[in-house]
Amino acid sequence: MSQRDIKRLTLFLLFAPFALWILLLIVLPHIGMGYLALREKIGPRQYEFGFGNFVEFAMEPIYWNTLLRTGSMSLLVTALALIVGFPIAYYIAKIANYRTRGAMFLLCLIPLWVSDLIRAFGWILLLRETGVISSSLQAIGLIDAPVELLYNDVTVVIGLVYTVMLFMIVPLVSTLDGMDNSMIEAGYNLGGSGLTVLRRIIIPYAMPGIVSGCIIVFMLTAGSYLTPILLGGKNSSWFTEMIYEQFITRYNWEAGATFGFLLLAFTSLVVWLGLKLSRQTLAGTVARS
Amino acid sequence: MTYGKMTALMASAAFLGAVALPGAAVQAETLRLLTWGSYAPEEVIQKFEEKYPDIDVEVTFSNNEEMIAKLRATGGAGFDLAQPSHDRIYAAQLEYNIYKPMDLSKIDTSIYEEKLLDGVKANTTIDGEVYSVPHQWGTSGLMADKTKAPDFKGWGDLCDPQYKGRTSMRLKRTILLGTAFAMGEDPFAAYADLDKYQAILDKVVDKLIECKDNVKAYWKGGDDLSALMLSGEIVASETWDSTAFRLYSQNPNIVFVPPATGALAWIDTFTLPRKGEADDAAYKWINFVMQPEIVELMSASSGGTSARKGGRDLLPADKKAAVNAAFTDEDIANLQFFANIPPGVEDMEGKALEKIKAATGG
Repeated sequence: MSQRDIKRLTLFLLFAPFALWILLLIVLPHIGMGYLALREKIGPRQYEFGFGNFVEFAMEPIYWNTLLRTGSMSLLVTALALIVGFPIAYYIAKIANYRTRGAMFLLCLIPLWVSDLIRAFGWILLLRETGVISSSLQAIGLIDAPVELLYNDVTVVIGLVYTVMLFMIVPLVSTLDGMDNSMIEAGYNLGGSGLTVLRRIIIPYAMPGIVSGCIIVFMLTAGSYLTPILLGGKNSSWFTEMIYEQFITRYNWEAGATFGFLLLAFTSLVVWLGLKLSRQTLAGTVARS
Repeated sequence: MTYGKMTALMASAAFLGAVALPGAAVQAETLRLLTWGSYAPEEVIQKFEEKYPDIDVEVTFSNNEEMIAKLRATGGAGFDLAQPSHDRIYAAQLEYNIYKPMDLSKIDTSIYEEKLLDGVKANTTIDGEVYSVPHQWGTSGLMADKTKAPDFKGWGDLCDPQYKGRTSMRLKRTILLGTAFAMGEDPFAAYADLDKYQAILDKVVDKLIECKDNVKAYWKGGDDLSALMLSGEIVASETWDSTAFRLYSQNPNIVFVPPATGALAWIDTFTLPRKGEADDAAYKWINFVMQPEIVELMSASSGGTSARKGGRDLLPADKKAAVNAAFTDEDIANLQFFANIPPGVEDMEGKALEKIKAATGG
């Protein structure tokens, strides 16, 4: 065996687990789902090939309204996570000293050590009518009747922002980290105000981080299930909930698979639009971090 | 990204574990149960394994819909005994062929309450073959806090404006059926004529959309319902009787209220998945858990009543008190047993529920 063959073999072996992972757990299931989505049910144990499931989605306002709702709320969550996360990331990357940095990263990380479910229950305990916030507000006399903070869209947005925050902060920190402090100093030396420096120097430099953070956060939010279900109220439907309902409650795997593909297509479209508008590329953002 | 790598690592570790495990237990036969949360208490499993040391019991907890989805995904493989409700056998078998017929000679049928056994047999007979026998039964109905909602009597009261923002329900088929009964319809009779059933459903949907404003939140499981009720955030709700009985032991003001039109009764069954591999062990389990002393343990854990003759007498004391506070003999005679769900109805009901959830009118 020549040196080159050994090199090739090593590469192949190293690559094999990843290739198997992609093939067995991503590609194959999607082919199966695609097959299901293109199958129309006619009667018990009778199926026909066609696009009926997609037509049904298009004809039923409830479905696409929910998809649009999920999309717009996910965009809102992404924007809020960016607004909240950027100052934190900037502080960690540029202002904090070495030890504070570690501590702050740890603080961001700790919530992730607890399962999604427990975190959602935490919010429920805080926000419910007889919960911590409502009763403390009553105790200090700010309100005189219990107030219900749970079961509405605002709660869902808060819960989601909290869940995804770390995924916004990490790419931002790693981009801002690479920025030379002298660039900021130069900005001030040339007479720029704080706002100008932020707008013309820091943000353009951090753009790849901002975009990659936004992509990750948006995808996570649009595909989340637990938080919207547990914190949402009687009017808040989330698209993933609909997919679950189709698969499990209604035994309608065909429609469920169709919805899954539509969600994938929709989020991909939004990400593509975002990349176009911010003049970034996938290779320069997510792949970089 | 490290996050992805971590998941990959964990998943492959789990995969290796799953491959390695069956080899370790070559000797013993395994009974793989697919059942409800409280239907296989640890104590019962221990006693079973003491009596049959060569059988290992593995339990997967689930609910009706997920049981069918799991069996459907594998064509009925992966489990040796399942416990869906009696109305979930017929259509699921016709559509997906996931169960296999039972050999009743292997079960001691003489101990069963005849009404329940015959009912389940009638519901689950396909081409002359019986697919299920009953295990436990219970009801869905209402519960109310007597001190705050003393006049609570029927499904319709959930929409009574005097309890505005103080009631709850689960957005599943039970509330559709209950509301239909409260409006004077008989949805089970309409199962035979799906156009008529759709007309009833449309009326029910309008009613429940109008009612949305009255509802504080839709509950999703026994835990959040208990929290809502115990904290006093709601005064009345649609409920499973077992949840109401549990709450009664913590706050005797909370009682189960059989609706005036009759509580809706379900029977959970024993059913064999089509590709089950341990039928003998499954029959042993069925006969084992129907013994009086095991029935007591089971009822204490689940709150359901055994399908054994005299099953109500085998309820633990606190549950018996709760049942007696809730049901008169008249209420028992008034029970509405869930009728078989014919193919297609799930889809109609699912659409109806989606409409209610998506409506913003309330």
